[in-house]
Amino acid sequence: MSPLLFSAIVFAIGCYITAMALALLRLVRGPSAQDRVLAMDLICTIAMLILMVLAIRYRSAMYFEAALLISIFGFVSSAAMAKFLLRGEVIE
Amino acid sequence: MIPPLPLWIEIPVALLLALSGLFTLGAAIGVVRFRAFFQRMHPPALAFSFSAWCVTLASILYFSAQDGVLSLHAWLIIIFLSLTVPVTTLLLSRTELFRRRNAGDPDMPPPLSACVQPPDNGGPPQH
Amino acid sequence: MMRRLFPAPLLSLALLALWLLLNNTALGPGQWLLGAFLGVLVPLLTHRLRPTPVRFRRPGVALRLFLQVGYDVIVWNWRVLRGTLAAGERMPRGGFVVVPLDMRDPNGLAVLAAIMCVIPGTIWSELAMDRSALLVHMFDLDNAEAEIALIKGRYERPLMEIFE
Repeated sequence: MSPLLFSAIVFAIGCYITAMALALLRLVRGPSAQDRVLAMDLICTIAMLILMVLAIRYRSAMYFEAALLISIFGFVSSAAMAKFLLRGEVIE
Repeated sequence: MIPPLPLWIEIPVALLLALSGLFTLGAAIGVVRFRAFFQRMHPPALAFSFSAWCVTLASILYFSAQDGVLSLHAWLIIIFLSLTVPVTTLLLSRTELFRRRNAGDPDMPPPLSACVQPPDNGGPPQH
Repeated sequence: MMRRLFPAPLLSLALLALWLLLNNTALGPGQWLLGAFLGVLVPLLTHRLRPTPVRFRRPGVALRLFLQVGYDVIVWNWRVLRGTLAAGERMPRGGFVVVPLDMRDPNGLAVLAAIMCVIPGTIWSELAMDRSALLVHMFDLDNAEAEIALIKGRYERPLMEIFE
């Protein structure tokens, strides 16, 4: 791994972690339940992006499977929570 | 030992990764700083669209150059995100409209069709 | 016979392509066979779940719309990032816009909803029960008339050509 690529990866992951911390702030503080769902969705997406950058860092395509799984779970959970807030039940 | 990649591959990959980091940071700043919920819903789309595209492009470039085969695996992530993000966004915006209208918020626009109008006469909210 | 076996040929092709993408570079004849099997089986099992048949025409218009949306996503990303970091006078003022719709086809409306949600800066918020109007939240709203004309001309007209 060349120093250029390594520093780019460190920079990107630093940005992601700061972004995750900010979203976590919104998750804790968020005045309404929708805010928390939105922040949780953003956190899941950032976790997926981190995994994809780690795949480049460790040269292993196995990380993609984990990234796909995280994004699927993130989608299902935020959709279920939004649906619950909308109607009061998940499955009508 | 894997030989190092040529510089003309590494520079675009590094640039794309840095760009995606910056846009994700922007998305999180937007989520924290705006006051209205609908304003806050826009910035996360930065992370869902442009950041994800940049990382995907970077990983396609990197793995294709490393293996010597076109490795389009990461496209799946973009396809998947473009299918799921609209669903979540739509549900969340409808939730916000529904709950704020039921709470009687004057900032929310009136319903487009008369049959979903919440009761004006102080009736119980439809929960 | 072909209609019965392939109720949705585009969906079959997409499934095969997705299966091959998932398996990335390990593409033996076995993977092609499995992908083709999925492509035949899944549309047969799910075609009763799809409410209306999709009539897809004018692939040229669809390709142009696809490229246009990709370009718009990049432009709007830049604008939303600038608006997010702006302070004081230049803070974006969001607002709702009611867009009157001419399109009635549910598949076209679904694609329009996906486009509006993927582009940062616009959020599809509500559709009237009779599908005659659409409520959109804009990130930075200066001129409502211009935005309505833009949405109708740039996205709705090509979608009507494709789906109706």
